[in-house]
Amino acid sequence: MSDNKKRELQVAALENGTAIDHIPPEQLFKVAYLLQLEKLVDKTITIGNNFYSKKMGRKGVIKIANKFFGKDEISRIALVAPNVILNEIRDFEVVKKYPVTLPDELVALVKCNNPKCITNNEPMATRFTVLDKEKGTIKCRYCERKINKEDIIIK
Amino acid sequence: MKGKSLVSIDQCSKGDILRILENAGKFEENPNRTLLEGKVAATLFFEPSTRTRLSFETAVNRLGGRVIGFQDASTTSSSKGETLKDTILMVSNYADLIIMRHYLEGAARYASEVTDVPVINAGDGANQHPSQTLLDLYSIQKTQGQLTDLTITIVGDLKYGRTVHSLIVGMSHFNPTFHFIAPEELRMPDEQKNLCDKLGINYTEHTVFTEDIINQSDILYMTRVQRERFTDLEEYERVKNIYILKNDMLKGSRDNLRILHPLPRVNEIAYDVDDNPKAYFIQQAHNGLFTRQAIICEVLGITELI
Ligand SMILES: [Zn+2]
Repeated sequence: MSDNKKRELQVAALENGTAIDHIPPEQLFKVAYLLQLEKLVDKTITIGNNFYSKKMGRKGVIKIANKFFGKDEISRIALVAPNVILNEIRDFEVVKKYPVTLPDELVALVKCNNPKCITNNEPMATRFTVLDKEKGTIKCRYCERKINKEDIIIK
Repeated sequence: MKGKSLVSIDQCSKGDILRILENAGKFEENPNRTLLEGKVAATLFFEPSTRTRLSFETAVNRLGGRVIGFQDASTTSSSKGETLKDTILMVSNYADLIIMRHYLEGAARYASEVTDVPVINAGDGANQHPSQTLLDLYSIQKTQGQLTDLTITIVGDLKYGRTVHSLIVGMSHFNPTFHFIAPEELRMPDEQKNLCDKLGINYTEHTVFTEDIINQSDILYMTRVQRERFTDLEEYERVKNIYILKNDMLKGSRDNLRILHPLPRVNEIAYDVDDNPKAYFIQQAHNGLFTRQAIICEVLGITELI
């Protein structure tokens, strides 16, 4: 078999659904967690890791049959994996392909790293404004602290 | 004003600021007006601050309103584990206005989201204290006759000083020139400098507090340099006396120069400055009353000051 053919067979083909590609291998399970895949009990899900990638050496892939994500649902994964590519597949064809970017606001997703912030002392949802989608800097709506991407703590 | 609560100075446009200051001027002419007759204001001080609480409560009383509240959270239900949300909702049943100070940052914004009653932030931890900023602006306008085109020198802890950061935001509408004087460890953060850059505001940073800079200034805004802010205590020992204003440093200063300080002061202004007519920090605190009267009317939508 040719290398190409072998690579294609690594992951089962998807008739309808979403393929999330180019996930950094070390972030794969975080991405699965952020997407709350454990709640999609009626969907067939294929998770694969350490596939060969020309671009990034190794990569992770998640395929979910018959599931299409809303923009807000999916954009949260940009927190841990900024260059992930989303493929929407219908009838075995990729009908939409786009990189995942951060939303304007992150709700109930990130923990504020200021211990004196009201959100860490009251049962309430955190809200962060995304200041820079490229750099991944965010700002707490409440204590107004700015947090850089590398210091972001996911709840 | 954006929203009916005053949580942060950022929500005030230039027009909002000028209107509040104009009304503060009217209250200075006559502070006793019965604009709040039949109204109840709650002052919720989860963290004690006698200075701020008395100023707000006097403002309500001089407007003919009544005050309920507490000044020590250890005697309230919040010490029994009640959430802030529940406390705010409970108080909302009784009051037309909530004035709150809290040790947690963001508490006032959250309170303003859970109730329909207007909230005035009287300080939330190290975050915001907008009535202080407005009284600073009122003091600057009153002593200089204007807010535009002034040179303002800010001295001390510029890294953690929330009044300083808010003052920059408040003054940013009025084409100021800033001098920032601070020890290396307590320099002005990038966030504030980026804001100045974005708005084309001139500023210069210094580590030495010289007469030369004082002599170029219209306003000298002093702040405390606190020992606990330093990671390196040797550095604190080295700089603690460099940022003290003494009377003989003012001999070449402009006639219109005024010295402001958010108070309380520790030792950053020597007592021999107090008798200098350029010392304005005591009157500045007094202006807080009129400014807070104007803020209370603003959030309650009272526009006719009879
Ligand atoms: Zn926060």
